[in-house]
Amino acid sequence: MNRSIICFILFITSSLAGFGQEEDIFNSAKKEAENDLKNKTVYTIATFKNSRLINGHSIETVGRGLMDFRIHHRFGYLNQGVNDLFGLDNAITYIGFDFGLTDRLMIGFSRSSYLKQLETFAKYKLLRQSTGKISMPISVTLMTAATLRTGKQTDSVYKKTVSDRMAYTAQLIIARKFSENFSLQVMPTFVHFNMVPGLDDPNNLFSIGMGVRQKVSHRVSVNAEYYYQTNNFSGYTNSLALGVDIETGGHVFQLHLTNSTGMTAPSFIHQTTGKWDNGDIHFGFNVSRIFNIKKKNS
Amino acid sequence: MKKIFIILCCCLLTVVSFSQKVYQTKSAKISFFSSTPLQNIEATNNEGSSKLSTNGQVVMMIAIRSFVFENSLMQEHFNENYMESDKFPKAIFMGNITNLADINFSKDGTYTANVEGSLEIHGVKNNIKTQVEINIKQNKITAKTSFSINVKDYGIKGNYIGSKIAKTIKIAVNAIYE
Repeated sequence: MNRSIICFILFITSSLAGFGQEEDIFNSAKKEAENDLKNKTVYTIATFKNSRLINGHSIETVGRGLMDFRIHHRFGYLNQGVNDLFGLDNAITYIGFDFGLTDRLMIGFSRSSYLKQLETFAKYKLLRQSTGKISMPISVTLMTAATLRTGKQTDSVYKKTVSDRMAYTAQLIIARKFSENFSLQVMPTFVHFNMVPGLDDPNNLFSIGMGVRQKVSHRVSVNAEYYYQTNNFSGYTNSLALGVDIETGGHVFQLHLTNSTGMTAPSFIHQTTGKWDNGDIHFGFNVSRIFNIKKKNS
Repeated sequence: MKKIFIILCCCLLTVVSFSQKVYQTKSAKISFFSSTPLQNIEATNNEGSSKLSTNGQVVMMIAIRSFVFENSLMQEHFNENYMESDKFPKAIFMGNITNLADINFSKDGTYTANVEGSLEIHGVKNNIKTQVEINIKQNKITAKTSFSINVKDYGIKGNYIGSKIAKTIKIAVNAIYE
């Protein structure tokens, strides 16, 4: 007992003598750095590169004060052969303007030439994956959209009203960035069509989407997106898309292959007619360009 | 008796040893500026934690994620592609004032301190030298400095398609210690 106390005291004094100068702030610095990190909430960034995964939404929103100008293209089916240059002679175009109102809330307006649709949507980050003080394993984003079909309705004998031509989408997007390179998201989705193609078709449709992203370099990632319909319009198929994202500063280029012709939520999830095994595959791309429209007040 | 004597000695020693004073701050302001033909990039971090000891030791730590840019996309690119801040969350400077004799911490006034030490950014350590303007007033110390670093010295690559980042980045530090 005595000896140990003496040893301890000797140790203390010798260590003091060794310093000559006492409290060494270098030694405590690393420890403090770790403590600082524990006491701070760090939100996960860049779970996905863009607010769209391929056809559908990802959990990401556009930052506050930014506008995202989007052009999406779907060319014709690859199986149309060389006469149509494997579909390149035909293109369906989507033009959209998305705005980040806050860092968690965004709205968007778009027009798609498929069924000449107008769409408006809002998207809000409910939960954000984070580490540190607040630890949250997943991100959850809510997306709601209203889609109006415009143009001449040639597929019906009676004239449809505006409300007949509306469809509404509500989607919960649940995502986790598992590592620097791998992210996964699951999208339970509800779509309501005011009018449906067939007499026995349901007005309320449910689907579950799944999306993954694997980065292959800092600027390039490979993505896949699949929507399984729990109930569907008869004769329509599930949407599958495979794609590559290439990022160049303010632009994101998304190149993909998909069997979906439509680019709005109700259309690509529930109005897809193409079959992959038939070669009913569209080559397509999304281009997203971010513009600063409001300076951040730091 | 002897034991008590030793303990007393100990106490005395520690008392002597802590005559050194450590000033600190949790809100040092660090900003950096880089200019490229394409655009000027500027970011500010107001959460630097720093200690300054009268024995000449200086430590400063900043969380890379706390840098604020004018838009969130730049901020995301900075953290994800350039700084890889999930892997390297902190930048740390540890150094010493080399002309400690010129500075009287108990007397108000303005002094120029030569500081030398190692700066760790992006997991890479380099030695830097800079002159710091120190202003002492009523036990408050204001320290200001600015210096430039070469991006490639710290292994920071943008691997950006069709874009270049500046070769050198100017860093300015402004801290008020108490």
